Amino acid sequence: MFPAQITYRRAGSVAEAVQLLSDNEGAKLLAGGHSLLPLMKLRLAAPATLVDIGRIEALKGVSASDGGITIGALTTHAEIAGSDLVQQHASVLAEAAALVGDPAVRNRGTIGGSVSHADPASDQPTVLTALGATFNVTGPGGDRSIAAADFATGLLENALEENEVLTSISVPSVPSGAGAAYVKFSHPASRYAVVGAAAILTVSGGTCSSASVVVGGVEATPARASSVEAALAGSDLSDSALDAAAAAVAGDLNGDPMSDVFASAEYRRAMASVYVRRALGAAASRAG
Amino acid sequence: MTTRIFGSGIRRREDPRLITGRASYTDDIKLPGMLHAAILRSPYAHANITSIDASGAASQPGVVAVYTGADTDGVLNGMPCAWLIPGSDLKTPAHPAIAKDKVRYVGDAVAVVVAETRYQAEDALEHIAVDYEPLGVVVSPKAAAQDGAPQLHEDVPNNIAFTWAVAGGDADAAFADAAVTVSDTITLQRLIANPMEPRSALAQWNAPMGELTLWNTSQNPHIARFLTCVVTGVPEHKIRVIAPEVGGGFGSKIPYYPDEAITSFCAMKLGVPVKWTETRSENYQITTQGRDHIEEVEMAATSDGVITGLRTTVYAGMGGYLSTASPGIPTILHGLMYSGPYNIPNISGTIYGVFNNGCPVDAYRGAGRPEATNLLERLVDLVAAAVGQDPAEVRRKNLIPKFENGHDVATGITYDSGDYEAALDSALSAAGYESLRAEQAQARADGRCVGVGVSSYVEICGLGPSQVAGAVGFQGGLWESAIVRFHPTGKVHVMIGSSPHGQGEETTFAQIIASEVGVDVDDVDVIHGDTDNTPMGWGTYGSRTTAVSGAAVAVAVRKIKDKSRALAAHLLEAAPEDIEYEDGRFFVRGSPDQHKTIQDIALMANVAWNMPEGMEPGLEASAFYDPPNFTYPFGAHVAVVEVDPETGRIDLQRYVAVDDCGPQINPMIVEGQVHGGIVQGVGPALWEGAVYDDDGQLVTGSMLDYALPRADLLPELEVHSNTTPSPHHPLGVKGIGEAGTIASTPTVYNAVMDALRPLGVTRVDMPLTPEKVWRAINDARNGG
Amino acid sequence: MTIPVEITINGKACAGEVEPRQLLVHFIRENAGLTGTKVGCDTSQCGTCTVQLDGVSAKACTVLTVQASGSSVTTIEGLSDGVDLHPLQEAFWNNHGLQCGFCTPGMIMAANELLSRNPSPSREEIRHGLEGNICRCTGYQNIVSAVEDAAKSMGGR
Repeated sequence: MFPAQITYRRAGSVAEAVQLLSDNEGAKLLAGGHSLLPLMKLRLAAPATLVDIGRIEALKGVSASDGGITIGALTTHAEIAGSDLVQQHASVLAEAAALVGDPAVRNRGTIGGSVSHADPASDQPTVLTALGATFNVTGPGGDRSIAAADFATGLLENALEENEVLTSISVPSVPSGAGAAYVKFSHPASRYAVVGAAAILTVSGGTCSSASVVVGGVEATPARASSVEAALAGSDLSDSALDAAAAAVAGDLNGDPMSDVFASAEYRRAMASVYVRRALGAAASRAG
Repeated sequence: MTTRIFGSGIRRREDPRLITGRASYTDDIKLPGMLHAAILRSPYAHANITSIDASGAASQPGVVAVYTGADTDGVLNGMPCAWLIPGSDLKTPAHPAIAKDKVRYVGDAVAVVVAETRYQAEDALEHIAVDYEPLGVVVSPKAAAQDGAPQLHEDVPNNIAFTWAVAGGDADAAFADAAVTVSDTITLQRLIANPMEPRSALAQWNAPMGELTLWNTSQNPHIARFLTCVVTGVPEHKIRVIAPEVGGGFGSKIPYYPDEAITSFCAMKLGVPVKWTETRSENYQITTQGRDHIEEVEMAATSDGVITGLRTTVYAGMGGYLSTASPGIPTILHGLMYSGPYNIPNISGTIYGVFNNGCPVDAYRGAGRPEATNLLERLVDLVAAAVGQDPAEVRRKNLIPKFENGHDVATGITYDSGDYEAALDSALSAAGYESLRAEQAQARADGRCVGVGVSSYVEICGLGPSQVAGAVGFQGGLWESAIVRFHPTGKVHVMIGSSPHGQGEETTFAQIIASEVGVDVDDVDVIHGDTDNTPMGWGTYGSRTTAVSGAAVAVAVRKIKDKSRALAAHLLEAAPEDIEYEDGRFFVRGSPDQHKTIQDIALMANVAWNMPEGMEPGLEASAFYDPPNFTYPFGAHVAVVEVDPETGRIDLQRYVAVDDCGPQINPMIVEGQVHGGIVQGVGPALWEGAVYDDDGQLVTGSMLDYALPRADLLPELEVHSNTTPSPHHPLGVKGIGEAGTIASTPTVYNAVMDALRPLGVTRVDMPLTPEKVWRAINDARNGG
Repeated sequence: MTIPVEITINGKACAGEVEPRQLLVHFIRENAGLTGTKVGCDTSQCGTCTVQLDGVSAKACTVLTVQASGSSVTTIEGLSDGVDLHPLQEAFWNNHGLQCGFCTPGMIMAANELLSRNPSPSREEIRHGLEGNICRCTGYQNIVSAVEDAAKSMGGR
C-alpha cells in the first residue's frame, strides 16, 4: 500500500516520452496505472522512474481508419466498451472491454497499458490476437508495427524495446456476416480471466470460410487455436461440428500452462475446450 | 405512537454520519505530533531467529526509533490467553508481542519501526537484517498432532494445546446397535473474517500522569483495557481504550493483539502518539482467522432415519499461538451444540486443539456453532440418503418438539425455547418445497443438475451467565451494564458497556427506551466504545449485544419508570399504586387529564424542587444484567442451486431463510443481519478459504486470491421469520447476528450435493470451487 | 524529492508538495483531511476508496497524486453538505443499505456513477455495476434496494 520512492516525469508528447525512456534506465511508462500501480503498492515492482504519458491527448480515442479502426493506446476500457465505432467494426472488443475488472478499473485502465502488461489473464490481448490487430509503436528510430500475435513474448513480457512507446492499435473490421464472440470464465476474486476464448467466424453460403480462435488465461501468452480453426474451415457450424472443433483445442495448448490454487493446468486446459465451444456457439449464432 | 416503536423498522440513527463520510474510524484520527509505526513480519512460517540487525533502519530518513523483541524485555508481558478451558490439560506457551528467538507463522512480528510517515516506516523495514534458520513446517491441524510432526512449542508435545471431550448417553452402544451409520471427514477450512476496516491502533502516552489512551478497532474496549493492563503493566484506571467507529469485526476484533501492545509500547517509549494500521495483506497474515477444523464424524440412525448417536473427533487448528479466546471456540461453543435442534440421545466428541504454522485462529462469526451445524446437517443428509427418505422429512422426525421453557439435551445444556418444526414448515412452505422437488425432477429428466438443500439449526448465543463463564474457564464475566440518564429537558443518554460496530444498537436501544417510557427515539442517544464514559461491559460478539446489553437497558429503564411513577404520584398527590402509565404519561387511574409526562418528571427530578420524602434527586438508573441462561435462536433455511457439470460452476439461484430470534425490536435491522450473515456463510460454501502451502506461506494472501462474495454473485435472498420468545429475557429477544452464517454454509453445501448425487458424487471439500466440483464429477464418472 | 500538485477536491483547490509515489487516497485523507474516503485493501479490489475523478469513478488507491494533479475529485464529503442529503445517501439510509459504514462512501460513489450512466438500472444491472465494491456486512441486498430507490427518486423511472 506504500510504493517505494520513484522519480516521476510527465511526458507532453510521444517524442518526449521516448526521450525520457532513453534517458532514464529502467524507467517504466505509466498510463492508467491499473497494471503497474498494484504491483508497486505491494513493492513487487519498484521502477526508479515513471514516465507518465497519461495526458498525451494524441494517444486517446478511437478513430476510423483504412479497413477498420485505430484505437489510441490511452483509450480506456470504458471508452472502448461504449464506442460506436468499436461496436460497428469490432463489437467483440467492446464485449471484452465490458468484462474487464470492474467499472472503476474500466474507467482508468487503458488498452495500451493492459496489453503492454502482457498478463495472459487479461481479456484484450486475447481478443486483439483473434482480430489480427496491429500494435503501432514509436521509438528513437521512428515507428514500427508489431502483430498482436507477436506482441506478448512471455508471461508479463512484451516485444517493446526499453525506449519504445505503444501509441495505438489498428483493428481490422470484422467482415460483415461474420460472427464474433468473447466468453470469459472470471476469477471470482481478481476478475481476471481464468479462461477467455475469442472466436471470429466468417460464413459464406452456409459454411465457415474462415475462423479465428484464440484462448487466453491458459498459457503464458494468448494461444491461437489453429487446430480448432482448421476444423471449422469449410464446416457447416452445426452443433456437432462446433463440438468436434472445440475438442481440438487440446492439440493447440502445448506450452507451459498456467496453474494456481484456483485452477490447475489440467482444469484450465479442460475449460479452454468448454469456453472455446461456448465462444464458437455464440459467434456462430451471430454470424450471417 | 411511541408504544409501537418496539418492533418498528425505523431507519438507523447512526447512519447520518456514516453516509456522509463524517464518521471517525481509528485510522481517521490524527493527533498532533503523531508518528507512524510499521511492523517487520516473519517471511517464514517456522524458523529460529539467529540474529537481528536493525541498525540500518535507524538511520533511514524520518525514522525515529526501531525496536526488536529484546527492547520489550521486562517492559511488555506476554500476550495472554483468556479462555482457559478446564479439564483439558490446556497448555499456554509463551506468546511474546515481538518474537525474539523463534517465529511460528508468516506474519509473526519481529521488529517495529516508528517514523514520521508511514511511507518512511515501510522504507526502513527493508533495512532491518534478520537471519533465520528455517524449521520444519506443519499446516494441517491433524498432521500437526501426529508423532514426528514439527514441534512449534517446546513444552507442548505433539502440538496438542488441549484435549477436550463432550459426552452424553452411550454413543458407542448406539453405534453398535445402529441399523444405519454414516460418516464423513469434513474439512472446515480456514476463513479470513475480512471486516472492511483493517485493524488499527493509536496510542498516546501522557507520561506526567502515567496515562495511556488507546484508540483501537475493538469489539470490546473494556476487555482491551483489561488486557492492555496485563501486558503493559499500566494500572487499569490509568488506561482509556476508545473504540471509535469500528468498521465490522465478525470476531476478528475481539482479541487483544501484539500490534496493539507494540503500538502502546512505542508511544510509551517515545512519549508521542504512535499509530499503526494494518494493510489488507497484513490483515490476511496476522488478524485471527476462523474455523480450521478437520472433523472425523459419524452418525447412527434407525432404518427409518431416527438419529440415535453422534461421534466426532475434531482437530482444531490454533495457529502458531493461542489467541485471546481460541480454546473456547471449538469446545464450549462447538461441542456443547452437538445435539443441534435434534433429539440425539447419545453423543461423544473429542476435540484436539492443535498448534500449526498459521495465523492464530479465534472467533469468527458463529464461532464454533457453524462448525457444529455444518457437520450435523451434512450427516443428516447422509442419513436421509442412506435410508432413502426426503432430507426435510428426516429432519422433521428428529426435531425436538416445541417447548416454551427449557429443554435439556445430551451435551448437558438447556435450550431456552424452541419451535423447530414450525421453522422448518415455514421455510419449506416459503420455498415451495414440493414444487421445487417437482421442478428438480423435471430438470434432472432434462439432464440438468439442480439441487435443493435444507438445513435446520439452533445456536447458542446471548453469552451468557457469568457463573457458567467461570465454570468453563472464560477469564471474565459475561454480564452487561447500562446507565440510563434523563437530562432536565427530558432528553436521554444511555451508556452501555458493549460496543456495537454496525449492528445498529444506537437505534434499537433507543427503541427500547422509547417503548418503555414514551420518549421520542430521537431524544435518546446511546454512548458506547469509550471506557472512560461507559460502564463496564464485556463487548459485542456472540450475538449477545441485544440479548444481554439490551436486557440491561430494559432493566435500567424500568427502574426509571418505577421512580417516575413514584414521583408522579407525589406530584399528582395520589398513591403510587393508583398511577397508571400510557404513552409517556403517568396519570391517576380514571383521570387521564391529570397526568405528568416523562419530560415533566425528568425536569422535576433534575431540579428537585418538590421530591417525595427520601427520594434522591435526578432521574438516572443503572443495571447490571447477568443472564440466567443463554439464548437459543433457531431456524431453517432452503437453497436451490444449479451446477454446470461441464465446468463445475455453481449458480446459487434461490435462498430462503426462516429465522426465529424471538420478538424483533427493529425488523429492518434483523433482516439486514440475516442478509449479511447468510452471505458470509455462502462464502465458505462456494468461494472462501485461506490456503497455506506446505511451507506455511499464505497462498490466498490478498483480495486478488481470497474470493469474497460480491453483489453480482448472489441471488435475491428471501428472508422470513417466526417469533418464539425467550422465557428468561426481559424482552424475550434472543440475538440474530450469527444465525445466517451458521445456517447457510450447510444449506448451500447440501443443495450442491443434492444436485450432484445422481452423478454419483457424495462429498466435495469446501469451498466448492469449480475445479473441485468438476473433478468430483469426473472421478465419479470414471468410477472413482 | 517532492513535486507541487494542485487538485480540486469537492470544488476547492488543494495544493501540496508530495512525493511522487504518494497514492491519491493518501493525499485526500492526509493532505486534504477528508477521511470519508477509506482504504480497505491494497490490491485495488475492495472499492472503499472510490471517488469521482474528472467525473468518472476511480479507485483512489490506484492513482498517484501526481497523476491527478490538475484534475478534479469529488469525494463522499462533496456529494452533499451532510445535512441536505444526496438522494443516494437518503436511499442508503432509508433502505438500511449499510451496517458498519466502512464500505459506504465508496459504495455510494460507485453507485453515483452507475446511475449517471444508467438512470434506470435493473437490480441485476445494479449488482453488476457494484462488482468493484465489497461489502462484508449487508449481503448487498439492501444496497441494491437503496440504489434502485435512489434511481426512482432521481427521476430514473
